[in-house]
Formats: sequence, C-alpha cells, structure tokens
Amino acid sequence: MNDSAPDLRELYQEVIFDHNRQPRNFHAMADADHQADGHNPLCGDQLTVYLRIEDGVVKDVSFVGHGCAISTASASLMTEAVKGKPVAEVEALFHDFHALLTDAPPDRDFGKLAVLSGVREFPARVKCATLAWHTLHNAIVGAQEPARTE
Amino acid sequence: MNSPADIHTAQLDVTADFPILARKVHGRRLAYLDNGATTQKPLAVIETERRFYLESNANIHRGVHWLSQHATELYDAARVTVQRFINAAHADEIVFTRGTTEAINLVAQSWGRAELRAGDEILITAMEHHSNIVPWQLLCEQTGAVLKVAPVSDAGELDLDAFDALLTSDTQLVAITHVSNALGSINPVAELTARAHAAGALVLVDGAQAVAHQAVDVQAIGCDFYAFSGHKLYGPTGIGVLYARKPILQAMPPWQGGGDMIRTVSFERSTWADAPQRFEAGTPNIAGAIGLAAAIDYVQGIGLAHIAAHEHALLDYATATIGTLPGIRLVGTAREKAGILSFLVDGIHPHDLGTILDAEGVAIRAGHHCAMPLMNRFSIPGTARASLAMYNTQADVDVLAAAIGKAQKLFGT
Repeated sequence: MNDSAPDLRELYQEVIFDHNRQPRNFHAMADADHQADGHNPLCGDQLTVYLRIEDGVVKDVSFVGHGCAISTASASLMTEAVKGKPVAEVEALFHDFHALLTDAPPDRDFGKLAVLSGVREFPARVKCATLAWHTLHNAIVGAQEPARTE
Repeated sequence: MNSPADIHTAQLDVTADFPILARKVHGRRLAYLDNGATTQKPLAVIETERRFYLESNANIHRGVHWLSQHATELYDAARVTVQRFINAAHADEIVFTRGTTEAINLVAQSWGRAELRAGDEILITAMEHHSNIVPWQLLCEQTGAVLKVAPVSDAGELDLDAFDALLTSDTQLVAITHVSNALGSINPVAELTARAHAAGALVLVDGAQAVAHQAVDVQAIGCDFYAFSGHKLYGPTGIGVLYARKPILQAMPPWQGGGDMIRTVSFERSTWADAPQRFEAGTPNIAGAIGLAAAIDYVQGIGLAHIAAHEHALLDYATATIGTLPGIRLVGTAREKAGILSFLVDGIHPHDLGTILDAEGVAIRAGHHCAMPLMNRFSIPGTARASLAMYNTQADVDVLAAAIGKAQKLFGT
C-alpha cells in the first residue's frame, strides 16, 4: 500500500462539494415504477433510488437518503448521468464506472463522473462511491434485497 | 469547562515502550487515537510472545515431556496473573476465550440455555456493544426468553429509574457494559449489581473498555460474570477472559466439545473436566494467554492509578480543546467518563472526517462503533471517535484539533 501523503484535493473536488451540498434529483418519486434501497451497514450510508423507465429508457431518476460527501455526490452525479439513457447503456456505464474506481480505467468519456476517479487512491472509500450505482442496478433488475457494497 | 491551558496532564511518558508509535503514516507522525478498537503493544508483550515460540512452545496439559510441562506452567501462571489482576477469589474462575465476544457467547450458550425458560427476561442497556446484544437475541430465540433494554439519557448516562422499573422477578440476567465503547460513559456496575442481586438476577459485566483504564475488582463489583479482551489491554488479539463466580461456573454445562475439556470419553457417554478446563475445548491460544499475562505485568508495572489519572487529565484536555472548536457537537457527556471522545462536526460526515484526519496521520474511528441501537437513540448515523490510551499525549490531541480545522477549511464549513 502506498504510504505517501494522499492528495485530498484529488478526492474532494469542487464538483463533489457542490453535489454534496446541493444534491440533484434529491427527492422521492411518487410515480416511480422501479425503486430499490441501498445500505452500507458499516458506514451507516443509506439511500433509496427511484426510476421511471419507458420503452427501455430512463425517463426519470431520483434518490433520497443520507451518507458521506462521496456517496451523496456520487448518487447525485449518477442521476444526472443516467437520465434519458437507454437501460442497457446505463448498465454498461455502471460497469465502466466501477472499473474507473477499481482497476484499469476504460477508454471512454465519463463526463462529470470523472471527478470521482480520485477515489481510486482511497480504497476504503470505493464502497461509498459505488453504493448508489449498485442500488440503481438493483432497482433496474427488481432485486428485493437492499444493495450493499461492503 | 476548563480552558485547555489550565489543564496539565501529569505524566506518563511511555511512547518509547511502543515501537509502532515511532512509525510514520502518510509521511506524518502517527497520532493513534483508535484505542477503543485495539491498543498498540509494548515491546515487553511482543518479546514475550516471540520468546515463547523461540524457547517454550509445546502443547499443554498432555505431554509427559519437559517442554510440554514448561508450556503448561507458563499457561497456568498466566491464569493466576489474570486472577490477581481482577482480584478473582480463585484462579479456576478464569476461563480463557478468544475475546469478550466469545466470553459473552459462552455465558449465553452454556449458562443461558441451561437456565432460561420462556418468559424469563434479560435486561441490557441502550448503550451496549453489539456483542452484548446479539448473543442474548440468539438465546432469546432459542429459549423464548425476552430481551429488555434500559434507556440512556441525552448525556449518555443510564436511566437508573427506568433500569429499576425494568428489573423484575422475571429478570434472570442483567448484562451491562462497564464503560460504553461509543460514548465513554462509566456505569455504576457495583450499584447495579447490588440492585440486580436484590431482584434475584445474575449480572454479567462487559469490561472490554474498562480493564485498560481503571483498576477492576470483580469481588468489589460483586458481579457473577466479567468479560474482557486482551487486545484492548495492550495484549495480543485472539485472547480474552471470562470470569465467572466458582459455584456458577462449576454448575455450567460445556458449550464446545473436544480435547482438553473431558474427563472420560466413550461412545456411550463422556464426562466433563472441571471448570475452567471444561470451557477450553481444543488447544487454546497458549502464546496469547502468556502474552496477555505480559501485558498485565506491563500495565501493573506502570500502575492503573497512574494510567487512569493520565487518561482523565488528557480527556479533560481533549474535551476542552475539541469541544470548544466551532461546529463541534460532543456525543456522550456523562459525568463519569473514561477516555473516549465521540463527536460530530457540522457539515462533515464522520467518514469524510476520518479520511481527512488519516491524511494528517491521525487514526480515529468513524461510524456506529458496533452500537447501532445507540446511534439510533441519538438519531445519528455515527460519530467520529477519539479513544485514548496511556501513551497518548497532548500533542496527539493538538494534531487532532488542527486536522479537524483543516477538514473544516477543505469543506468550507
């Protein structure tokens, strides 16, 4: 394990603070047709992701819950990234995003999600950044058990 | 509240005894403030374990050869060291376990399954660690007994009136923590034991967070069971202790079967060894027990009175220093407290704080501290927790305070 001083500014970029302070799409959704809960028991992070899917496309997405800055910002950025995308594309993006944080970053444009790539240097926080995505995946496939990343 | 400058921590200077404290983390001096999770080990303990494997290793209680007898003597001597440490009346009231968790599970599965019936009650408190909750829930499922929970105040103190009201003729066991791992509150365990005994209940005290920080006398407390871990007492991991009063322990059935715990074995029927061997099936953690005894010798060499005075002064300093920073909320402000400072920083989640502090070389715990019901009681997902040990100094607290300031600057709070 690398023992040099980690660069906190790589982890906590302005965009993350912005989405932590003012999460986008942060509300329950009355007409959701998919939803799932996510919970990291060790952290206490807890969220619910809501989806409205029409003709295989994510028409609307939102979340509620509480967690650290990384998990809240990641959930907020995720809702922006997946709204309007076909479900198959969303699932592929989840796969690539996970790779961005853990192993070799795939060669694609992540848009704003790229600000979370700093999490790579903080292995203990990868679970914070991926909880919303696992929960989104569970909502899409209709899983009954809450999503967990630890 | 005193101002930090008024507090002079009187002084233990033992950092040189703990080699790991000299290492750097992220290029910074390590300020290790996660002692509630586990303590660092003095060289005396590390060398004792090393020397055991170099010079004395053999299995115990079964060899006719010299080395086995030598190892047995060391292991049995460790039991006597533990007995004297907590002032138990007899060495055979000491059972070696893997830790506090296993000790509590042992009581639940041996004493509890034999003694409890449907409708019996077990009384715990809202400030228990999961290890003093879940074993009783399992026992309740097995026996039909009922778990009752005495509430705590906003300051994190046990509500004694509610405790009394919940203590009834149905209460068979009161299981309470000596010191709360999440808040630092010290429970009046001798007083609670007297009340429980008057109601006809036995008492188990979870001493995991107590034994390294204050002298413990199980006879003065009067409890029936007392459990603690070696690794929170500057000893090795994987070794712990269950103290149980002799008449109770001798009457308890085995909970695990195997070698070393039997008197005779046949395919029709086996008979059990006396306590404590009856509860130590299989080859125990021999080196761990001997390492624990070395830790106890080390602690007693310093003196628990000195350690307690040092930590209390340092806790006062930390409370004054951290508690007066802007945007800080202390969680757990009991009048009687051991060296634990649990807190929240406005606008910064404990996990973000933990990451930022770590970058400064400050090791704290962030989260629910295995006390989820207690966190729910305070309507918070968790806290940041600095927990003190004898080797901590004002410098550690100062680094913590500065690091919190850096986190607030980074977060713009």
